[in-house]
Amino acid sequence: MSDTGYIVETIIKVIVILIIFSAGAGFTTYVERKVLAFMQRRLGPTHVGPYGVLQIIADAIKLFTKEDIIPQNVIRPIFIIAPIISATAAFTALSALPIVPQFTIFGYTVHPIISDIDVGLLFIIGVMGAGMYGPLLAGMSSSNKWGLLGAARTVIQLLSFEVVTGLSVLAPLMLVGSLSLIDINNYQSGGFTDWLIWKQPLAFVLFLISGYAETNRTPFDLIEHEAEIVSGYATEYSGMRWGLFFIGEYANMFTISFLVSIIFLGGYNPWGFIPGAIAILLKISFFIFAFLWTRAAWPHVRPDQLMWFCWKVLMPLAVINILITGFVLV
Amino acid sequence: MNKEFKDRNVKEGYKFLEIEAPAKDPWGSFIQVLKRTFKGELFVGLWIVLREMLKFNIHTVKYPLEKLPISPRFRAIHRLQRLLESGNNRCIGCGLCEKICVANCIRIDTKIDENSRKEVLDYTINFGRCIYCGYCAEVCPELAIVHTKDYEHASEQRAEFAQKEDLLTPLEIFRAGKQREFPGFGAPSKDADKFIKKTPLAY
Repeated sequence: MSDTGYIVETIIKVIVILIIFSAGAGFTTYVERKVLAFMQRRLGPTHVGPYGVLQIIADAIKLFTKEDIIPQNVIRPIFIIAPIISATAAFTALSALPIVPQFTIFGYTVHPIISDIDVGLLFIIGVMGAGMYGPLLAGMSSSNKWGLLGAARTVIQLLSFEVVTGLSVLAPLMLVGSLSLIDINNYQSGGFTDWLIWKQPLAFVLFLISGYAETNRTPFDLIEHEAEIVSGYATEYSGMRWGLFFIGEYANMFTISFLVSIIFLGGYNPWGFIPGAIAILLKISFFIFAFLWTRAAWPHVRPDQLMWFCWKVLMPLAVINILITGFVLV
Repeated sequence: MNKEFKDRNVKEGYKFLEIEAPAKDPWGSFIQVLKRTFKGELFVGLWIVLREMLKFNIHTVKYPLEKLPISPRFRAIHRLQRLLESGNNRCIGCGLCEKICVANCIRIDTKIDENSRKEVLDYTINFGRCIYCGYCAEVCPELAIVHTKDYEHASEQRAEFAQKEDLLTPLEIFRAGKQREFPGFGAPSKDADKFIKKTPLAY
């Protein structure tokens, strides 16, 4: 493969993934409002377009045309750059993610992954962790007490769940022996019974829980919980800057759904008669739905409860899981 | 003092929550956490919202398009009624409503006309002050001032006045026989029309 061809292919892939996931994030907001509404016996958006589908476009127009307010006492450069960190980190994490199985189009084999690095999983977890700088800097720079509380809670959350994320994913990695998501996927290519969830059910649950914490979704949405701290780190943000945080959050939801599907649920391997691309789409849809489902059903936890839960329950469980896995392997 | 008098809000069929006592020692609180963790209450919550979604029993009322039925005794914007026979204003200008109004928002302007009858020149209600208590409609001896069901009432001004022209049933509505009676205290019965004889003046 020539260098120019490689560069062109990569740029095209980047653009396609950016477009798909931005649109996906927008569509997920619509689905979220609808699902939450149905679960609360409401109708949700109905007026703009058929079944309210065009509400996304109305929202986008609103966000783009809104005045960009930068309050008086904020630390201006940090305030401006924080949402960009958040969105950039979320989309960078997608770059090491194999989206669908490789396919051939016009006699040209496409690998639907922007960069197949050997430490893909580590890269994704690291970049998503770096994405927490967005809320942290936003809250600290916006000269707002709620923002400051949100920033403090960001750190609490990061300290709590990041350990569990790493430790819980370690056990399946010991089985696979590689950090590349493609290797992890291929390890489970034997079908339904080869899925890692059967070998590592505990790690699956732990990783899912810490994934909820990573994406700031209910029940761990304490860094922007409006009942307590108005809107947390995003209190002073409006318009497109707030929209960037929002897109980042939804891109993170997709990333976590992809990670859980690839590591534990057989990834994009064909599932019975279902081809791989459809299979992973189904799995991701289920996990996105689960994000909304828990939001409709569960209250959120207090910060001290989150720390207690992560350090005293989840981390010991993760360590025990690793120990058992190690003994079984030996 | 007997028990029924003390707990008069408690009726038969009330269920009381059984709240367990807080744990006394660390081991007890650990057991409590374990019990609560494996009780599966979280999944009960998940199941309930999923069930409601699958049932699709939507309770939304699309308000401007659909409206909920309101009580016949609903007290919204006032209306001055016309006499069924002649179509004249029913109000005799006695001033009772002005007197009883707790919000002090009704004002009546009257004079004695050439037949030495009292004539109502103007009748205003300040809807910005009105608390819609319904005393005026209740005290009115002639059932002249009533409450309608028009609750869609918005104004650009803080205090919106209603003059006599606004309050009095419009003539075209009255002639079409669409003047609605307020079915409150002393209101004419539903078959009151049968008993009405036109006054000679109407011919």
